[in-house]
Amino acid sequence: MNILTLFVVIPVLTVAGILFTKDLKQSRMVSAIGMTLQLILSAVLVYLYVTERQAGNMAPMLFTFDALWFPALNIHYAVGVDGISVAMIALTGVVVFAGIFASWRMEFLSREFFISLILLATGVFGFFISLDLFTMFLFYEIAVIPMYLLIGIWGSGPKEYSAMKLTLMLMGGSALLMVGILGIYFFSAPAGGQLTFNVLEIAKHQIPIEMQRFLFPFTFIGFGILGALFPFHTWSPDGHASAPTAVSMLHAGVLMKLGGYGAFRVAIYLMPEAAHEQAWIFIILTTISVVYGAFGAIFQKDLKYINAYSSVSHCGLVLFAVLMMNQTAFTGAVIQMISHGLMTALFFALIGMIYGRTHTRMIDEMGGLMKVIPFLGVVYVIAGLASLGLPGFSGFVAEMTIFFGAYQHVDLFHRVATIVAVSSIVITAVYILRVVGVLLMGPIKDKHFLHLEDANWYERLSTITLVVGITFIGMAPLWLSDMINFSLAPLIAKLATIQLPGM
Amino acid sequence: MSLIDILTMRNELLLTILAMVLLIIDLNLNHAQKSRMIPISIGLFLVVTLIGFIPQPDKTLFGGMYHTNGLVQLMKNILNIGVLIILFQSVGWLRNPANNSKISEYFFLLVTTLIGMNFMISSGDFLMLYLGLELATIPVAALAAFTHFNTKSSEAGIKLLLSSALSSGILLYGISMIYGSTGSIYFDTIGAAYANVPLQVLAFIFFFTGMAFKISLVPFHLWTADVYEGAPINVTSYLSVISKGAAAFILIIVMFTVFKTLAPAYKNMIYLVAVLTMTIGNLFAMRQKNMKRFLAFSSIAQAGFILLGILGTNKMGMTSVVYFVLVYIFSNLGAFGVVAAISAKTGKEHMDDYDGLYLTNPKLSLLMMLSMFSLAGIPPVAGFFGKMFLFMSAASNGYYWLVFIAVLNATISLYYYLLVVKAMFINKNEQPIATFQSDGYTKIGLMLCALGIFILGFASQVYEFINGLTFGI
Repeated sequence: MNILTLFVVIPVLTVAGILFTKDLKQSRMVSAIGMTLQLILSAVLVYLYVTERQAGNMAPMLFTFDALWFPALNIHYAVGVDGISVAMIALTGVVVFAGIFASWRMEFLSREFFISLILLATGVFGFFISLDLFTMFLFYEIAVIPMYLLIGIWGSGPKEYSAMKLTLMLMGGSALLMVGILGIYFFSAPAGGQLTFNVLEIAKHQIPIEMQRFLFPFTFIGFGILGALFPFHTWSPDGHASAPTAVSMLHAGVLMKLGGYGAFRVAIYLMPEAAHEQAWIFIILTTISVVYGAFGAIFQKDLKYINAYSSVSHCGLVLFAVLMMNQTAFTGAVIQMISHGLMTALFFALIGMIYGRTHTRMIDEMGGLMKVIPFLGVVYVIAGLASLGLPGFSGFVAEMTIFFGAYQHVDLFHRVATIVAVSSIVITAVYILRVVGVLLMGPIKDKHFLHLEDANWYERLSTITLVVGITFIGMAPLWLSDMINFSLAPLIAKLATIQLPGM
Repeated sequence: MSLIDILTMRNELLLTILAMVLLIIDLNLNHAQKSRMIPISIGLFLVVTLIGFIPQPDKTLFGGMYHTNGLVQLMKNILNIGVLIILFQSVGWLRNPANNSKISEYFFLLVTTLIGMNFMISSGDFLMLYLGLELATIPVAALAAFTHFNTKSSEAGIKLLLSSALSSGILLYGISMIYGSTGSIYFDTIGAAYANVPLQVLAFIFFFTGMAFKISLVPFHLWTADVYEGAPINVTSYLSVISKGAAAFILIIVMFTVFKTLAPAYKNMIYLVAVLTMTIGNLFAMRQKNMKRFLAFSSIAQAGFILLGILGTNKMGMTSVVYFVLVYIFSNLGAFGVVAAISAKTGKEHMDDYDGLYLTNPKLSLLMMLSMFSLAGIPPVAGFFGKMFLFMSAASNGYYWLVFIAVLNATISLYYYLLVVKAMFINKNEQPIATFQSDGYTKIGLMLCALGIFILGFASQVYEFINGLTFGI
């Protein structure tokens, strides 16, 4: 069997396995085994990919597999990966693994919880391996729908409202996307040619410019909603705040990246001319996302809301970079996706663990936690420093690359946008340091906190996995950017050849 | 024509024989033995369904009034499967003491209306179409009033009868104009002669209106909710699935053959009706709390999606419509099956009664959730593929905005489908519906739906098979 297909098969088998379990112990054990396998498989994939490239394999996609599914419509089950998708798959593997261990004590309906969680992961893995827009869309929706149950059943606060809002907004996004994808399909070949959903095939052909102008906004906003594009980001803070820990981790860490990845792989790659023309509108919107998200985080008191708004800001940066459309910015976008994925997953995991102990998420009610739960405290500081872009952690590499790329545009508009976006770094520092100061330092406000216990083995396992990822990228960024750079070549080549009308 | 050619009508003949046999057997049973009718009827109907799958050559009878081919046979088989599932699901309700004396009437009436639908789908001229339609409608009115001691049920029967009479009148008026302007009632002759002249356009509009009543397209949908709510639940599922599916089948055949020259003229009209039907169906469905009314309005919205395939006016369009109806039968019967099972055991039909159902009846809740997702068009269940292909066929003609409106409507519909999921899985309830076991027949009926919902989407062979039989304009 093709190694990529395994990425879908293992979670499905895990789900099937959980069906036969009886209680929390068994179901979490099955999930842990399944997702550990998945993590190992991701590592193997990275290794295989790198060796293959070093051996001189220049094909744009590796490990491809193609099976005709609906012959009449030329729909295929087509999979394949390049450096970018390999990186995203590895990220997903890590976050899902950490997520399982972060929900080690999910007592209520535990079987159903793990099933939904792993179904969600199946969708994400499937999305990243797909080369065919139809299956990509299918997996995208599979990833979205379990969110409703996960938030609605196991969430907290106004969970029903948040779950419904999130699901409907994301499904609204997929409504836009549906139009975009169908439009691309019907113009995927010259008149009379065989229509196709295959991304690589479509990229060889230029979609007529009038159609691009019509379809690009649909596709970009469709993916943008998932990537928290302003003003369609409102599902994100509510959704994240109400979701249970592992779901916030997966959602902010991985699912939102589907938006960035899709915008890049589908919208920009297949419709570069229209992207060029309309980029300015979306650059304005994403700049607003970046700054607005950061400001939003300053005024929040709930830890989860703070992190949710900061995710809006950071994911806005991904879309911002994608729209800059040059090699450096693209590289930055991918590194930012990975870096933010790990970082935010770590944040949400920590928030969940702290909440499990203190039973509050309001920063005003806490203080001095560093003294009682030093392990969690230190990890929180690490996550915070990574988030505000301290050199040595992944956040620095990502943001630096993005802003370098963005600043390569010499015109006033791009420069201003870049400078405005850069200011978010300062704002990020404000809210991160404020939280760290109030939450971890200072006097202990509640004497119940004196008896808190530090992290268990599974919590340590979950957080350390993520910290290792963050520092690895921070220390050896070239390794990752090499992998990405090579895969960007076809897109850069395509961008270089585009002819803009009137230029 | 030799006598053996009559066998071409084997579906209709078999069903007629079945109806007669059921009546004769019923004569020989005393009151205590009535419940034996259940296995006998279902068993015999299963045989008829299976015979339907034996291949048969294309043929025309009675000088073109009746014809059959692979596509027609396929449509009949789809309806047979649907009816079979409904029969399985009705058992729990039929075993109620109040219905015990009328078991064979139920089966007889159901089979009779199915005969009408089969004739309708096989029709080669408007006379046969009209006869089939009437034969299909009148027994349904009797079925809707089946629990005659219940006022609402009687009201449903009368309403159905009156609105059908009106729609038949409109339909006949249209047919008379078609005959008057073309001098023929045969599909083939009319198809060749039809042109874009005012009288013939008017005739088409009357015909379409008549059919729109049957499929309950907006603005001809107002009878639907009351009838669906009043009728016994299994009759409601028959109305919303089989009646609607059969009418959609014949509508698309006629649109693609008889009125094909009118396609440029009727596109705008159908565009508008599609948008109205989807939107209004959705807006009403959102506020319903009675499960039957809820499913009634949701099925109005679903009918609007079918029009997208008709607008495709190509082979892809017809394939997607037939495929969608097939998927819709399984998804909707899944939902109705659960509602029927609960109603038969507890008599509860309100959405609030479903609160906390998952904790007491997990299997029913899961099937209900799958059906809801399938109706909403969420992958990986079959409904996603059904909707996706309809959208594709509309997009193939460049109707991107219509597709957008349709997908937005699908999202709105997701809202109210999720309300049911929310009730079952999320809402808390002090007194949830107690755990219960349904009878074996109902279980089989529900299992069949679950299987269909799971398999139909992934099995691309089904789509390919349908695609091998369909045609475009």
